[in-house]
Amino acid sequence: MSSLAIEVHGLTKRYKNLAALSEASFSVPTGTICGFVGPNGAGKTTTIRMLLGLITPTAGSAKVLGFPVSEPEKYLSLVGAMIEGPAFYPALTGAENLRVLATMGDIPQERVNELIDLVGLKGRGGDKYKTYSLGMKQRLGIAAALLPNPKLLILDEPTNGLDPEGIQEVRDLIKKLASEGTTVFVSSHLLSELEIISEYIVMLRKGEVVFSGPIEDLLFAQKPTILVRTENIEDLERIVAIANAAGHPAVIRHGEAHIEGPHEWAATLNKSAFAAGIVLSQLNPTMPNLEETFFEMTGGR
Amino acid sequence: MFRVFLAEWRKLRRPVLILGSLISSLFFTVLVTVFLFKNIDNPQGNADRGATIGRPILEGATGSVIAVSQVGLFLGITALCIFAAQSAQEYTYGTLRNLLVRQPARLKLLAGKFAAMKSYALMIAVVNITVSVVIAYLLAEGARVSTDNWFTDEGWAAIARTSLNIFISILYFGVFGITLGLIFRSPISAISIGVIWSLILEGLFFFINENIPDWTPVSQFNTIAAGGSVDISYSHALTLGTSYVILGIIISSVLFAKRDVAN
Repeated sequence: MSSLAIEVHGLTKRYKNLAALSEASFSVPTGTICGFVGPNGAGKTTTIRMLLGLITPTAGSAKVLGFPVSEPEKYLSLVGAMIEGPAFYPALTGAENLRVLATMGDIPQERVNELIDLVGLKGRGGDKYKTYSLGMKQRLGIAAALLPNPKLLILDEPTNGLDPEGIQEVRDLIKKLASEGTTVFVSSHLLSELEIISEYIVMLRKGEVVFSGPIEDLLFAQKPTILVRTENIEDLERIVAIANAAGHPAVIRHGEAHIEGPHEWAATLNKSAFAAGIVLSQLNPTMPNLEETFFEMTGGR
Repeated sequence: MFRVFLAEWRKLRRPVLILGSLISSLFFTVLVTVFLFKNIDNPQGNADRGATIGRPILEGATGSVIAVSQVGLFLGITALCIFAAQSAQEYTYGTLRNLLVRQPARLKLLAGKFAAMKSYALMIAVVNITVSVVIAYLLAEGARVSTDNWFTDEGWAAIARTSLNIFISILYFGVFGITLGLIFRSPISAISIGVIWSLILEGLFFFINENIPDWTPVSQFNTIAAGGSVDISYSHALTLGTSYVILGIIISSVLFAKRDVAN
């Protein structure tokens, strides 16, 4: 098997004049957990659908487990996927929904009960899908993705609707699968979750890849930041002005000023703020986390 | 393809679906059969559009299946609805993407689904034919219709021939349904358009030009079930009906194989 679970070169998908994905190139090494992030409409689901052979690329090429996406029958038996949330037949039970897919994929039926237990639906597999809560539907979707005992697991927002305990369980499950050699390609809007579990990151913005590679490379490449809160919230604008005047780009996010600058400059800023009559309630030199970096790179808030 | 067939049957074997299909189709079958025998002496007729099917015809070898051959349209519409719903619901539920991940060969998937629905339609047809023949037999004595010719070699051949025609008709209606399902990707739209076309539009065409029904699909499918009619010969209906079905299969296959699955 190839050392790359996913290889994408110049992958493009156009709908009339709209480019859902534009010349995307990235790769995901086998056996890693790769986070796939981007704002809504960035092209994440389009990319995943192309990797699964559900939609045809307009241009470019991609390989999954060493096989081209134009021949999905060669690799999909080794791939498990949950795309855009769970989708099942409401009138069938959870277990019967899995049996439909197991029968279709020539997967032993015993695997169904095994997975029902694994995802925490024990005792509810015989209930109709339409009676499931959002969290239970999500768990069933994950079970369906795990049916073929996949070499590559593609999960689109797997923690949607899950309670904190469920999120922790999914995180542990993903780590366990990766430790057993499964490559996990996971998109999530919970960037803090991805930061904890991912080794690789692919970041999309408006259909273009803005970063792909090890998460450390991404975070280390970012500039240190100083987070500032003021006693009077209106003073934040003045703090931003002071920072900008000193050549340090700054923005206000979530009620605090994010100022690019070395940690040592925090003392200078403190003095300048004091001189301007601004009382600081927080002055926190920090390295940007994935969420910070995400907003930085995708031009968000 | 056999795995797809079995997987599709997991969805089709739901008691609610089976009971619903049987009750809706049997309603018309029982109604027409009872009407045929109970109104045999009614001057207003005992068949479609006030026609009378008298004792000499009912006492012939084909007598046992004349009633069920008259309900081809209703059995066909039942099949149309089932096929349309089963194919379009994969889009509305979003389940098609799951199926295609487990069975990426799209034409195999379509063929397996079609084979399963075909066998389901066959089951519906067999039940309806059996019930109609049994009711006809039970009502025949009261209607003073002799059943001596019904279960002769010629009678059994007539039952087999009619069963085959009804099955072909149901199948053709089913292809019409699956094509509509794949074009509109919505069970409600596909079923409404199919039923309105079958029950209303083709009837209206007759008033525009009485020759139009000689060339419309539902008239052909209906005529096949009846084994031919005064206006349309069996061979014409079979040839033209089959042409429509081939066209439907081509459209369905191209749409299913080539269209992006984006929902």
